[in-house]
Amino acid sequence: MGMTLVEKILANATGRTSVKKGDVVEPKVDLAMSHENGALVLNQFLEIYQGTGMEARVWDPSKIAIIFDHRVPAESSKTATNQKKVREFVSEQGISKFHDIRGDEGGICHQILPENGYVLPGYVVVGTDSHTTTHGALGALAFGIGATEMASVWTLGYMLNVEVPGTIKAVVNGKFPEYVLPKDLILYLIGKLSAEGANFKVIEFHGPAIENMSTSGRLTICNMSVEAGATSGIVPPDDETLRYLREVAGVQEQIKVFGPDPDAAYDQVIQIDVSQLDPQIACPHTVDNVKPVQEVAGKEIQQIVIGSCTNGRLDDIETAARIVEGKKIARGVRMLIFPASGRIFREAISKGYIYTLMESGAVVANSGCGPCLGVHQGALADNETALSTTNRNFKGRMGNPNAEVYLCSPAVAAASALAGVITDPRNGGKNG
Amino acid sequence: MAKVVLKLGDDVSTDIIYPGRFMATVLPTETPQYAFADIPDFNARLKKGEIPAGSVIVGGKNFGCGSSREQAASCLKGPELVIVARDFARIFLQNSINLGLNTIICPDIEADQGDELEISPDKIVNKTSGRTFTITPLPKARQAIVDAGGLIPYTRQRLIQGKK
Repeated sequence: MGMTLVEKILANATGRTSVKKGDVVEPKVDLAMSHENGALVLNQFLEIYQGTGMEARVWDPSKIAIIFDHRVPAESSKTATNQKKVREFVSEQGISKFHDIRGDEGGICHQILPENGYVLPGYVVVGTDSHTTTHGALGALAFGIGATEMASVWTLGYMLNVEVPGTIKAVVNGKFPEYVLPKDLILYLIGKLSAEGANFKVIEFHGPAIENMSTSGRLTICNMSVEAGATSGIVPPDDETLRYLREVAGVQEQIKVFGPDPDAAYDQVIQIDVSQLDPQIACPHTVDNVKPVQEVAGKEIQQIVIGSCTNGRLDDIETAARIVEGKKIARGVRMLIFPASGRIFREAISKGYIYTLMESGAVVANSGCGPCLGVHQGALADNETALSTTNRNFKGRMGNPNAEVYLCSPAVAAASALAGVITDPRNGGKNG
Repeated sequence: MAKVVLKLGDDVSTDIIYPGRFMATVLPTETPQYAFADIPDFNARLKKGEIPAGSVIVGGKNFGCGSSREQAASCLKGPELVIVARDFARIFLQNSINLGLNTIICPDIEADQGDELEISPDKIVNKTSGRTFTITPLPKARQAIVDAGGLIPYTRQRLIQGKK
């Protein structure tokens, strides 16, 4: 019996010729990522060393990445103090992949890792963030863990007790119609699987629609795989992966590319034809409450958010800019744009997208997680409704349990910003 | 005997257990004050110390879905609550095991707020309804971490062994 891509990666990371679903393994880690919660990791890391008489040193400072993104610039003295503690630790330990609050090299962790070439196909990547699944877009096994588990990785360099997950194969056929985007595909799939349909499993993406998809789109679909409960999403690496890593991420070193075996055993195979797909929307208060946009068209909204690790990349900003170009965002709607990284922000400036968006009434804020998790920017008032390209709409997600959040693609968000109500972008900005 | 102090449905997210706006608070000693902050009655009772250790929260399927924030486990570990759910989301379950929060997988559990439960290693008896429910044991690999007293002592053992 052949191996799935994740089985191959875990076999490789444990020095075995094969592993299979259900085996318990201790894979070595190629990259360990944290953001501000590095402050908690650091606390737990020091506790592990307590009483051992050993000096607390991380296993390999070149394999740890720390990126400030959740609360940037700091919204409180508490956060500022946590960030300061992490900065000091980074410097003491010699951690090289550190991205502070800067316009040249800062941004959201799940954008910084790919665009700097930190993730290569076949890597085992762990991160203290549930959306670490994003990096499966580059053919890595990437998944979220808690802070104590990360402290354990910082100490040992490998994961303890990982159960090899089963895999769901998603075969995506057809060609995306205009205004139907990778976000619509992943929302549709989450709706189909449910919020726990892929619990403890990996979703491996195949088919012509994936082969023709840019790395940006692949990052979006792997990012949200966790919303179906998946341990990770993964795309077998191909020419597009190599193009991205060489041309965009500037990777010089040799890249080893491998896919799953043709006779690998899958828990489930799902076929999707995107040619037939309508723009989708996830309704409050669960990500799997997914409907075609038409079903909720006309619903009034007060805030639009375009950004986050899900949809804050250059093509997302371009999509929004093209839709609003020369038009005005409806009065009573606040449209907030958060480019996913400083690099993307600068590119969006030089291509004129930022000018176009601002001229139409949008507010562009610095790169970071922004309002996605309800921490410091763009909080909602009671009974307000937000339409967002982010990844979660749980009650309270944007800082107020008495508000509601709908999730959609950048095209739906931009068309709706013009109309002031939820709008199908295929209707040329007309509601209904 | 343990009392059910909170009954919740399916897909209880980490945003409900520990809202994102309190994430700047990280230390396990400080997180319990924000547990279920958006369920104000329960949060108030917890803060006043009205909920004894060993009290039970009952959830449905996919308890703890969403973020990897460990605060969602540490805020419940502080007051020594017990979480019984039909099943758990992966990261929350692993965080709970790592921190020693008592999480029990009980696929058919039915219990209401105020019910008295008798919890043994393999089953839960709901003394109020008179019904018995089977517990799904933790996978062996995870039980080893529980037995070591959590991931910190477990990793420390490995660290010391590695240096020998």
